[in-house]
Amino acid sequence: MTLKQTPLNAAHRAMGAKMVDFGGWDMPVNYGSQIEEHHQVRKDCGMFDVSHMRVVDAKGGGVRTFLRYLLANNADKLTVPGKALYSAMLRPNGGVIDDLIIYFMSEQWFRIVVNAGTADKDIAWMQEQAATHAPNLTITSRDDLAMVAIQGPNARAKVWQVLPQIKAATEGLVNFQAADCGEYFVARTGYTGEDGFEVMLPKEKVEAFWYDLNKAGVKPIGLGARDTLRLEAGMNLYGQDMDESVGPLESGLGWTVDLKSERDFIGKAALLDNPPTKKLVGLVLLDRGVLRAHQQVVTAHGDGEITSGTFSPTLERSIALARVPNGVTVGDTVQVAIRDKLLNAQVVKYPFARNGRSCL
Amino acid sequence: MSNPTDLKYTASHEWVKLETDGSVTVGITQHAQELLGDMVFVEAPEVGRKMQAGEECAVVESVKAAADVYAPIAGEVTAANGQLGDAPEQINSDPYGAWIFKMKPDNSADLGKLMDAAAYQAHVDSEAH
Repeated sequence: MTLKQTPLNAAHRAMGAKMVDFGGWDMPVNYGSQIEEHHQVRKDCGMFDVSHMRVVDAKGGGVRTFLRYLLANNADKLTVPGKALYSAMLRPNGGVIDDLIIYFMSEQWFRIVVNAGTADKDIAWMQEQAATHAPNLTITSRDDLAMVAIQGPNARAKVWQVLPQIKAATEGLVNFQAADCGEYFVARTGYTGEDGFEVMLPKEKVEAFWYDLNKAGVKPIGLGARDTLRLEAGMNLYGQDMDESVGPLESGLGWTVDLKSERDFIGKAALLDNPPTKKLVGLVLLDRGVLRAHQQVVTAHGDGEITSGTFSPTLERSIALARVPNGVTVGDTVQVAIRDKLLNAQVVKYPFARNGRSCL
Repeated sequence: MSNPTDLKYTASHEWVKLETDGSVTVGITQHAQELLGDMVFVEAPEVGRKMQAGEECAVVESVKAAADVYAPIAGEVTAANGQLGDAPEQINSDPYGAWIFKMKPDNSADLGKLMDAAAYQAHVDSEAH
């Protein structure tokens, strides 16, 4: 199978990236040292090619009403134009189809950003639901757009240096808010636990933007560091921490699910009928080693499983997200089976690290 | 970095050095460390352990992945590099200096079965395609 390429493929190679097959996309895993790239983002700033992710525009009257039904989080929380909301999209049985971000631009237009690997099924699901519940809506996959995330304490300043024309429209953005600046759609969002922007722009402009950022001193960051940054920040990865076989309440996403209001949404009945017996917790390894996905977690309340694990460059020890029985609580010591040993880990409240430092 | 010509190599990317006292020193190659990326943990074999050729005997873990290290030939472990416990990144910066363990071969002639630098390079090139 031929791997899909983003418009920055040649730029990655020119910058010395090690390329890997990431869910069918030919993507940079690092440009040298993954750990240095990680620290670069926590301490200064870096840029990520996230053009494999898919931008979807939902347009037409009644778009809010439709999203209120389609998503587990409540679109009614969005009242200020540009504001964004993180949500799970569920099957009727409560399984997670994808996690996504919606941006409220107007009562006629919400922008949705979904994961690369799930984009086709997401759009098919949205269109199928819209056909029944909101036939006047148009749901358009914006394959004409690329996306670059610039993240870190100095990220916004660097973007303004490169795109001074968007500064006025974006300097007042609060966290989780976007502005439509013509060709550039600029959102103060990200997947690292640092300040920064995600910029969506026409594909044909992205290579120049990337090189301009680099000239301004912004270093490219690969998917390897993206994973350690998001895990430190306590952010779920679709396909690893949750998928269609588990619900959001067992995936640490209870804070995004609105079960209290009168509003009905796809999956709500299943969530109410099946209270969760497991939950997602953070683990910090006390012994030496590295926690990895799928390792067994032994607790006094029964076994669990690590969903994401890595070495945390900020904490300089191994951390993980794990799905464990409900009885497990923060502060407990549990055991993780690593090869032929049982190693001790402590249950912690995550995030592990954000804004340049440990949260523990 | 080219592979030193005074070493022997395995298909599983260990390098093996025959010392003057007849013992051998084992580490992982430049190519292996490059594939794995930033090293964060090394689990060396117990001193005194007797191993068959090809037996899993150590683990190196990078941020990205865990990889087994195999005994290149049969023998007994005589030393483990304790420095790597605190500084596993030495494998990245100096793969041919950062040895993982030393062993006493059951039969030194077994070294003859391993690849020389040129054969190993050809092996690496063939795996890339």
